[in-house]
Amino acid sequence: MEKTLLELEPGTQGTIARFIGNPGFVRKLRTIGIREGKTLTVVTRHPLGGPVVIEVDGREVTLGRGMAGRVVVDVAE
Amino acid sequence: MKTVVLMGNPNVGKSGIFSRLTGTRVITSNYAGTTVDVSRGKMHLPDGPAGVIDAPGTYSLTPTNPAEEVAARILGEADIVVNVVDATNLERNLYLTLETLERGVPAVVALNLWDEAGHQGIAIDVAGLEALLGVPVVPTVGLSGEGIRELVGRLGEARPSATIRPMSEEERWATVGRITGEVQTIAHRHHTLADRLAEASIRPISGLFIALAVIAAAFLAVRWIGEGLIAYVFEPLFDLYTPIVMRASDLLGPGILHEILIGRLFEGEIDYVQSMGLLTTGLFVPFAMILPYIVAFYLVLSILEDTGYLPRLATLADTFFHRLGMHGYGIIPVFLGFGCNVPGALATRVLETKKQRFIAATLMSLAIPCMAQIAMVFGVLGPFGLRYVVMVFATLAVVYVAAGLILNRVVPGECPEIFLEIPPYRAPDLRATATKTWMRVRGFIGEAIPYLFLGILLVNLLYSVGFLDLLAAVFAPVMEAWLGLPAGAAVALLVGFLRKDLAVGMLVPLGMSPEQLVIAVTMLTIYFPCVATFVVLLRELGARGMLAAAGVMVTAALLVGGALRMILIGF
Ligand SMILES: Nc1nc2c(ncn2[C@@H]2O[C@H](COP(=O)(O)OP(=O)(O)O)[C@@H](O)[C@H]2O)c(=O)[nH]1
Ligand SMILES: [Mg+2]
Repeated sequence: MEKTLLELEPGTQGTIARFIGNPGFVRKLRTIGIREGKTLTVVTRHPLGGPVVIEVDGREVTLGRGMAGRVVVDVAE
Repeated sequence: MKTVVLMGNPNVGKSGIFSRLTGTRVITSNYAGTTVDVSRGKMHLPDGPAGVIDAPGTYSLTPTNPAEEVAARILGEADIVVNVVDATNLERNLYLTLETLERGVPAVVALNLWDEAGHQGIAIDVAGLEALLGVPVVPTVGLSGEGIRELVGRLGEARPSATIRPMSEEERWATVGRITGEVQTIAHRHHTLADRLAEASIRPISGLFIALAVIAAAFLAVRWIGEGLIAYVFEPLFDLYTPIVMRASDLLGPGILHEILIGRLFEGEIDYVQSMGLLTTGLFVPFAMILPYIVAFYLVLSILEDTGYLPRLATLADTFFHRLGMHGYGIIPVFLGFGCNVPGALATRVLETKKQRFIAATLMSLAIPCMAQIAMVFGVLGPFGLRYVVMVFATLAVVYVAAGLILNRVVPGECPEIFLEIPPYRAPDLRATATKTWMRVRGFIGEAIPYLFLGILLVNLLYSVGFLDLLAAVFAPVMEAWLGLPAGAAVALLVGFLRKDLAVGMLVPLGMSPEQLVIAVTMLTIYFPCVATFVVLLRELGARGMLAAAGVMVTAALLVGGALRMILIGF
């Protein structure tokens, strides 16, 4: 099932499906290693509008909520 | 002369390799954005000397912040590119590699962090990668120097890639995937206990406690090391030195030379803080009051930087900094600014937009006193009781937050969100930490001490021609009526433009109450940056930006000074 990264609880795993945004945004994500087809784990989500931390390929990346809301992830039920 | 340019993603060890190639030391740290400017050095190639440029890290040649813009621009200067690649993260790094090779510049790839790749069970077929990329590929360990000689040896073979042709972005991604798949094998790795502990430092609640503990420990360590150095090293040295200056004082006798070299005597004795002579205050303030804390601060900062903790702190701080118009990485200029505002101002380049950089730079100049100034504040206010020191820092904290909230609303522009890579934790390398601390301390000695001397000289001269009395008289209304300070404090504010630490020292002879000192010291921090910081800010913000920032500073100084006066002294 497809969900945005923002909707995922910490600990959830999923496969990155696609990004919602302009090419610049997509490139920014891809060049830091967040790419379609990769497995992603949500490490934590900070409260009060704070950022989301994910792990891809053994690397952790911090991204703001707005960005997290535009990353679509395929998660198993 | 040929130019060799080091290109690569952030935090892959470019600066480390630069130091190895050139013998010129540059700052390396375990987080993205350490190098925001270019460092230039020289090395020897078989066909003569060559210039080497350490570019800031970038993920692609389409820049997203000024540091990356610098990198993209520098590529144009390259005769040879050394593309430094993180072997533990090949796939992500290859995108920039391809983009670079597509430009047709002669290149060599350094597969750095080769040791860590080994530890993580990552194997890379170097010969295979070399064939696919069409340029030499050399495994290196920047930290130990392994592979550097071979890298240098193969710079002669650098050539435009024979296999990589310009391609579209989608093709490039596909190629990255294909190459990685062909040359890399990863042994499956389980989560270890260390991984779980590392994660605790980035989670909201556990992370907050760890952050508080780390900051408290860092603060105590700076204080403890600084006081230790003073008590056991610098004061004993000055005890040996005092009879010598006293002798010199006798020999010189009264006169202008005595005024300048030794300064005023208090009941026949030298007062190292108040005498204002080059050989007394001019040496004591920088060496016995400030330097010990500078050493301590940079040692602690280096350790924090090299462990990789700062990006985690930035993540935790994001929620807060976001409300001030920046994002979590805004904490980096704050941290560096506590050492010296100049690197703090440069570090604002890690922020993406003009608005964010303006806010970060302005807030830092307003409310982040540098270590030299902090040391003097403790020295001058500490004897009256720690609560006065706390008043100063609490006020500055309030100013930082309040000004940030306001600027976020009134400054036009965008505030992109935090987006950063968390580097792996690393044990700081002792030698690297010591070298880095020494580089920064040497920087302090080289830059601050001439200014301090100059400041003391200038103060003496201006006093003798009566200029400072005139200045005090002119500003007396503002000082006395609005801030409740003696007119002479205006002189300290003027000197503060040169060196704030010296200015704090100049407040001592005015015989103010601790409350007045709190006001004066706070004003000194807020009203304007010192000349060295001012020059950098002017360059980073432009004349208009600087003018706006200065407006904020003067307004804030007057408002805060007036408010403090009402609270602490009354009307
Ligand atoms: N283990 C290991 N650490 C390295 C190596 N090269 C660099 N480092 C560390 O990696 C971090 C980043 O290095 P730096 O030169 O600042 O990277 P830059 O941002 O690309 O200039 C520093 O903490 C270095 O000490 C290496 O080959 N092996
Ligand atoms: Mg660097």
